Amino acid sequence: MNWFQRTKDRISEGTEKKELPNVWTKCDNCGEILYKKDLEKNLYVCLKCSYHFRVFAKTYLQIILDPKTFKPIDKNMIAVDPLEFTDTKKYSDRIKTTVSKTGLKDAVHTGYGKIHGRPIAIAVMDFGFIGGSMGSVVGEKISRIADGALEHKLPFIIVSASGGARMMEGALSLMQMAKTSAKLALLHEAGLPFISLLTDPTTGGVTASFAMLGDVILAEPGALIGFAGPRVVKEATGKDLPEGFQRAEFLLEHGFVDLIVNRKELKDTLSRLLVFFEKNTDTNFDINQINSN
Amino acid sequence: MAVILEFEKPIADLEMKISEMESLSDNVDISPELEGLKKKLEQMREEIYSNLTPWQKVQLARHPDRPRSLDYIERMAVGFVELHGDRLFGDDHAIVGGFGKIEHKEFMIISQQKGKDTKSHVYRNFGMPNPEGYRKALRLMNMAAKFGRPILTLIDTPGAYPGIGAEERGQAEAIARNLLVMSRLPVPIICVIIGEGASGGALGIGVGDRLLMMENTWYSVIAPESCSSILWRSWEFKEKAASALKLTADDLMKFDVIDGIIKEPVGGANRDYVLAAKNVKEAVMKELETLEQMPVQEMLNARIEKYSKMGRWGEMK
Ligand SMILES: [Zn+2]
Repeated sequence: MNWFQRTKDRISEGTEKKELPNVWTKCDNCGEILYKKDLEKNLYVCLKCSYHFRVFAKTYLQIILDPKTFKPIDKNMIAVDPLEFTDTKKYSDRIKTTVSKTGLKDAVHTGYGKIHGRPIAIAVMDFGFIGGSMGSVVGEKISRIADGALEHKLPFIIVSASGGARMMEGALSLMQMAKTSAKLALLHEAGLPFISLLTDPTTGGVTASFAMLGDVILAEPGALIGFAGPRVVKEATGKDLPEGFQRAEFLLEHGFVDLIVNRKELKDTLSRLLVFFEKNTDTNFDINQINSN
Repeated sequence: MAVILEFEKPIADLEMKISEMESLSDNVDISPELEGLKKKLEQMREEIYSNLTPWQKVQLARHPDRPRSLDYIERMAVGFVELHGDRLFGDDHAIVGGFGKIEHKEFMIISQQKGKDTKSHVYRNFGMPNPEGYRKALRLMNMAAKFGRPILTLIDTPGAYPGIGAEERGQAEAIARNLLVMSRLPVPIICVIIGEGASGGALGIGVGDRLLMMENTWYSVIAPESCSSILWRSWEFKEKAASALKLTADDLMKFDVIDGIIKEPVGGANRDYVLAAKNVKEAVMKELETLEQMPVQEMLNARIEKYSKMGRWGEMK
């Protein structure tokens, strides 16, 4: 829920373009000057220190899926401001502005695709849309693609990037945690695999629901992962936070992440997991049957 | 001495005046005037308590004299046996669990427990559970499923504890696991919000076949103060945030988030523990009766169906 917090230590694929209108960019971790084309080719991982830049959801789809295999569903689902919520501005205006600024309809892409020829169902969150927050649209889209995975016996992958549940939809956002978790329970009963990838940052209601429910939980190096944001923890406890608190490596050490994966090895790792998990899945499912909508 | 909230002052003043007059009435006959004042008091109570703002309801939900979960358990259940610990790390005092008989039915009862004075507040961690609390709840709910007993949860928390240890021990995972398991346990699950229902901390024991809210409670994704601090960047807008979040029982009935509202004694549950507990008990037993008539598979399908419908969304043309 701390998605208005400015995280100066993580620059993103999105913002750095405007700040550095030339072909070079600087790594915020090690200070290395990087040629943008090289950085892009290296999947936005610093060539010197392996720092993982934040990237768009679309970039993850390119990294993970075989070229031109993504079949999006529910592309036009949008938030409707059920509470008629107004803070310093109207939620309905906030949505409109964010839609036109980002070109996204909400904070998640869902659909089908292939990884090294294997069909999968996938959801990828985008932190750029109101902090990747989960309201009714994110919850419903994830539920529907989980339903699809169940129907077609496909492995399910979610790439999370979120500040948590979306405040402007109140308890309805909270209910999306229950809804998505219930759908994962059905996949679990059907013996279908769910792989959760945690990227920077994954906090709040997303962590406290589907993100932490993977058969396998992967994380990107250095990703911030937690229930309460670090600022909230610091305020509540009045204590200094331990070194590396709530980073992916910290979670690995405490037993809450299976594996930390370098972005360059992500696709191959996923592919390896899919082989182990294939037993109850339909590896011959033809994703071209899906009507993209 | 009962705690008086700001908006209750006119009532308290009038009550004081009436009791003063009553103490004098042995000497002088003032009964007509006294009757008039009593009538006025009744009208004033009705007027004030039936027009509470969302923020005033939040205040009542947090009232220091409000019955805590154990006050309900004591009045609703007989033979309550408290069971401790998560078998993994420790025993969380912010969550109470155990079995007890309500009317003629054995229940597994899981509740969040706040304190009443400084010492018990600290002991109960102000009703803010750690991961071991959610894991104790999970252990006991699985036990209920094994022995075919219905589950009753009583929700009253300002949130799951945002501590360093809580993060180290996987607060998020503990809550997430409960959501997943509770969505499928093959016994009736009835959840009642008796005070504060703050976000994931409340939801962690709040998934089931029925969710009921007492009249003066709140349930939302965030507390009004925190919402104010994030969205308005100031703590000053808590009243506005309370209204904007649509966190009252009436609001949440409209959005199909809850299944029913439990009446409270006039002035709030803090005014009459016995009546408050009686109302909760009656509501719970009524829901259980319906659920027990359903075949298990049908009940589980209905549970999934209920959560599948949650939320409001649209299509861009
Ligand atoms: Zn670097």
